[in-house]
Amino acid sequence: MNGNRKVFWLSCFVGIMMGISTHRAEAQFQPTPDAGSALSIPADHLIQPQRLNDLLQASKPGSTLVLQVGSRLLFQEAHIPGSEYVGPGGQPAGLELLRKRVASLAKDQPIVLYCGCCPWERCPNVARAYAALREMGFNKVKVLYIANNFGADWVARGYRVEKGQ
Amino acid sequence: MLEDIALRRANNPHQAKVGSSQCGASHGFGAAMACCLLIVLATAHAWAAPVGVNQIAPDFTRADLHKARVHLGDYRGKVVLLDFWATWCAPCLLEMPRFVEWQERYRKQGFQALGVSMDDDDSSALAVEKKMHLNYPVVMGDAKLGELYGGILGLPVVYLIDRDGVIRARFDGEVDPHLIEAELNRLLEAR
Repeated sequence: MNGNRKVFWLSCFVGIMMGISTHRAEAQFQPTPDAGSALSIPADHLIQPQRLNDLLQASKPGSTLVLQVGSRLLFQEAHIPGSEYVGPGGQPAGLELLRKRVASLAKDQPIVLYCGCCPWERCPNVARAYAALREMGFNKVKVLYIANNFGADWVARGYRVEKGQ
Repeated sequence: MLEDIALRRANNPHQAKVGSSQCGASHGFGAAMACCLLIVLATAHAWAAPVGVNQIAPDFTRADLHKARVHLGDYRGKVVLLDFWATWCAPCLLEMPRFVEWQERYRKQGFQALGVSMDDDDSSALAVEKKMHLNYPVVMGDAKLGELYGGILGLPVVYLIDRDGVIRARFDGEVDPHLIEAELNRLLEAR
């Protein structure tokens, strides 16, 4: 009888451990967004267009550094007032420009990155730019969530824009 | 016609702005005006400002990637697909094989594709042109050209221009290619 109980509890223990092991293995193979995908940016590090617009209206000019990390031509057509173009985050040269631009800043400088070249999940620029700033130790980095593109999600909503360099 | 346009827009409410290219083509002036007025009334609430659609396509002259002169006005009499794209734009690259295929298939019916690269320099555009075996001209765009076309503030943007040089549709972002091809066929048939 005691022998049967031992076998029973041993079986239960082995079963549970195998279940945990399998669960862990499955968890490891869950698809995760590519590091270069905007989907990899944590949700709490995103800022919505309405929120950024309100923030920029309410805060002192320059208190938040807003950087466009996408296309120069699109920036020339229209960009967020006061924002700066620093090169495409999806390319090494663009990341280098970004690093140079922020090199002398305090690590708690609020920074907002944006692109808007393409639909969010297709953007090749924001995730790498975000990762580069985080690696440098910046701890107040937000990324503007642009679902479709800058025209549809910022300009068409009536938020202010500037043209030119 | 109205139902057809409404259906296509319902399928793709935020991405395509399609005009009427055949409205009143075989009717009198009054019928044409009434038809167009009906379309405007039927769609005004959803399509308040269809930038560029039903307007003459802004003319431009640029050198293509091989320094040959490209003048949009030279394509009058053809249906033109004007594709604003960039090498870093994944949806743009996905569309291109279809444009290559259409250029081949519809060439004799008077179709002409034309690419406008919104890249900063032409070297990357040249590489893509070669890799994708593009069989149509590609010119380099700039902010001025983008503004002429109602603002290219996200890619891709595809225009369809009829044989009279009038913009008949604008497609923003990733669009079902069948929608573009359906409109293209409509324009090719409207001789």
